[in-house]
Amino acid sequence: MSNFQVTVKEVDSVIVIATDGYLNNIGGEKISEVCDEYIDKGKNTFLINLEKSTVVNSIGVSILIEIIEKLQEVDGRLAYCNLASIVEKTFNIMGLTKYSTIYKDEEAGVSDLTS
Amino acid sequence: MSKNPKVELSIPIIPDMELAATQTSEVVARHMGLSQDQSDEIKMALIEACINAFEHSKTEEGQVEINFAIDDNTLVIKVTDQGVGFDSNSVKIPKIEQKIKSDHKRGWGLQLIKELMDTVEFESTDEGTTVTMTKKK
Repeated sequence: MSNFQVTVKEVDSVIVIATDGYLNNIGGEKISEVCDEYIDKGKNTFLINLEKSTVVNSIGVSILIEIIEKLQEVDGRLAYCNLASIVEKTFNIMGLTKYSTIYKDEEAGVSDLTS
Repeated sequence: MSKNPKVELSIPIIPDMELAATQTSEVVARHMGLSQDQSDEIKMALIEACINAFEHSKTEEGQVEINFAIDDNTLVIKVTDQGVGFDSNSVKIPKIEQKIKSDHKRGWGLQLIKELMDTVEFESTDEGTTVTMTKKK
């Protein structure tokens, strides 16, 4: 039933994952699969563009915590951009911002992550 | 029109069916004249309450009942399942510092509901659970 989609591109050394749809367990797993694939290729900097994922649940967001943990093992970074207000609030309540960064948009994220 | 309108909804325990409940909450919030932020907070809390109800039910049969009642300037939402119940006092406040090193990364639903709504109460027996949450205008 879930129609969650991801689009992946590499900008400089940053893997940008643009999502579309409800970030639930299925959405979280799709993002995690992409991160695993690129971590295996030696990449360790990821920016998730959540502009088209304005609805999330805590199970999907919990999978982002798993990704943060995996990236700690490879000295990597996870970041997000274009968050809806409620998504940003959810990330703050869950404490994700202690271990990952929120940027206003993709350009700001890539610029800072590559500086 | 009733002075204190009520909406009753019954949703099956099917993945993503919580989104059907959020469509109703959006309409109710709009009727009350709540802000978009308030409406989004209600949606998020409702998603978490429905997911918890689905999980407590321990079965894919049955329904989760959702009642919306507008009482003056307060929206009261009750989410009821017929599951095995739980003790909300036994649920620890999640901390990301612990979760990040743990195999169990989930367990954030109650904390999110508490943070996003004005009040939250739980009534749980071995025959089911009702979560009552409110949002003031």
